[in-house]
Amino acid sequence: MTTRLFVLSAVSGFPAFSGFSAVSGFPAVSAFPPFQVIFISACLPGSFVKIAVCLKRTPDSESRFKIAANGAAIDESGLKFDIDDFASYAVEVALQINEKQGPGETVAFAVGPDAVQETLRKAMSMGVDRAVQLKTDASTYDGLAVAKALAAELKAGGFDLILFGKHAFDTSGGIVGTATAELLGVACVTAASKLEIANGKGTARRELEGVAEIDEFALPAVVTIDEGIARPRYPSLKGIMAAKKKPLETKPAQLGQPRVTVKGMELPPDRPPGRIIGEGVAAVPELVRLLRSEAKVL
Amino acid sequence: MPNILVFAETRGSALRKVAFEVVSAARALADANGGGQVHALCAVPSGGAALAEQLGKHGADVVVAVEHPAFANYARESVAATLAERARSSRYRAVLVGFSAQGRDLAPRVAAKLDAPVAADATEIRIAGDSVVVKHPVYANKVIATLQLDGPLVVLSTRPGAFPAKESPRTAAVESLAPASDPGSEKVTVKEMQEGGKGKIDLGDAPVIIAGGRGLKASENFKLVEDLAAAFGNAAVGATRAVTDDGWRPHSDQIGQTGRQVSPQLYVAVGISGAIQHLAGMRSSKTIVAINKDKEAPIFKVADYGIVGDVLEVVPALTQAVREAKASG
Repeated sequence: MTTRLFVLSAVSGFPAFSGFSAVSGFPAVSAFPPFQVIFISACLPGSFVKIAVCLKRTPDSESRFKIAANGAAIDESGLKFDIDDFASYAVEVALQINEKQGPGETVAFAVGPDAVQETLRKAMSMGVDRAVQLKTDASTYDGLAVAKALAAELKAGGFDLILFGKHAFDTSGGIVGTATAELLGVACVTAASKLEIANGKGTARRELEGVAEIDEFALPAVVTIDEGIARPRYPSLKGIMAAKKKPLETKPAQLGQPRVTVKGMELPPDRPPGRIIGEGVAAVPELVRLLRSEAKVL
Repeated sequence: MPNILVFAETRGSALRKVAFEVVSAARALADANGGGQVHALCAVPSGGAALAEQLGKHGADVVVAVEHPAFANYARESVAATLAERARSSRYRAVLVGFSAQGRDLAPRVAAKLDAPVAADATEIRIAGDSVVVKHPVYANKVIATLQLDGPLVVLSTRPGAFPAKESPRTAAVESLAPASDPGSEKVTVKEMQEGGKGKIDLGDAPVIIAGGRGLKASENFKLVEDLAAAFGNAAVGATRAVTDDGWRPHSDQIGQTGRQVSPQLYVAVGISGAIQHLAGMRSSKTIVAINKDKEAPIFKVADYGIVGDVLEVVPALTQAVREAKASG
């Protein structure tokens, strides 16, 4: 039986997040009191937290990209793929929550062709318990279609928390997590840079333009994860070995007819080559002159 | 003639710059297709009608004012439900929101409610027969995708800065609309807003950005960057990831692939080597100035004007020169 009541942090200290340093992964972790966990199994026999983490497989962001011969995709030859950066933060957050609070389960999901199995194994080597591939022929830019496939699968999963990266490096839209929450009818906080789960409730911080918003929400919930929240761990050798034996289920994705299709891809126009106008303080008057007369920004 | 519904983003009861951009984008899209109407929906605690003049000036024909005290903050579920209900109740070709923090959250919610195809962060939009075609920078701006959305109603978010606010004055009619759900009782509630500092210009709104990197050598030297920003008067301060990771500046100041992506009129890179991840966040700036001691630094490959030198010497001299230039008009 899944219950949603558990206590994660005795020193909640919100909004200072003083009790959350272990998960937040900030450099000054040691300066904060240790992360404390009270798991009240006596009150809630069988209490168990189920977390889903939805992943994407994306190419290394430092790659130089070329356009494929069909003009509507990137050329994937020679590219290295891995868990998308933001999704890897989400994996780390899920693992830390379940490590701190006692028995629970973390399940990774990915929508895509068989290549995503490697990505799911990587998540399992980090500590995720099992994985589900929702199989498609190719990746798609129809975020709502992907959300529908995920929502159909997650609906009966009994998850307390469903985590996503705030967006993926490739499609850069940030659509899937929020749309999945909407389809499931659960609470949704996007781009959380801090997250605390306690007493069946969540508290998250979002960085908006020039201000930070502190949100409270009930579980179950979808949270999409921003950078800075947690540094993803490297899989240990033991983790890599264990991941080979963990269950990875493959099911067809219910994507439907895609309504967003890629018609073309191109590289952005190059900037004119850079120009060094001089050295040291002596070059400042010339810079000011150019900013005034040429760039007209002063 | 397609009518377009836009979400006019506010903070409190004040319109944000992105609201004018998205109204201008909708106006241009309607005009390019025979001149449909632009309806701008705003969700504010009070004073919705007072926004009609500014929105009309930028091309809105109708302002849909949704008022409730709980709209003092972003009541996301109610805003999404109200925008979706309005989109359903009338014949619109597209719903447009800005790709701001709020718009990123809002657009997918509305699309899911309407079961409408959705694309994010558009830099160009055109209607082509039964389809809507957008350009969307992907792979952290290293590739531009052209996407086709098929459906009678689509949801789009527009990249801030890609559709400059333009005047197209008219007198906007004001309609008031009740929220489609109670914004005072949501699954997610805003407990607190923490201001980033009084009078601080946001990176997305600033025409000038002064950004600092590791070349400043120490946290306290960031003062030089702040001083230069103050000399310009209309400048915001940004930072590289190395600097925010080290805690010299807050994470929210980070410019780059995983931080903010900006395109100001002038970007001054101070002590920034120009890692590819940083360039991904600023290379579309109109004019780029770089000051760095290493003349081989990659930032000089994109800088319109580079100065090779010690930032601790060059930046104070530049600050002084900018102050003098500003003083002389």
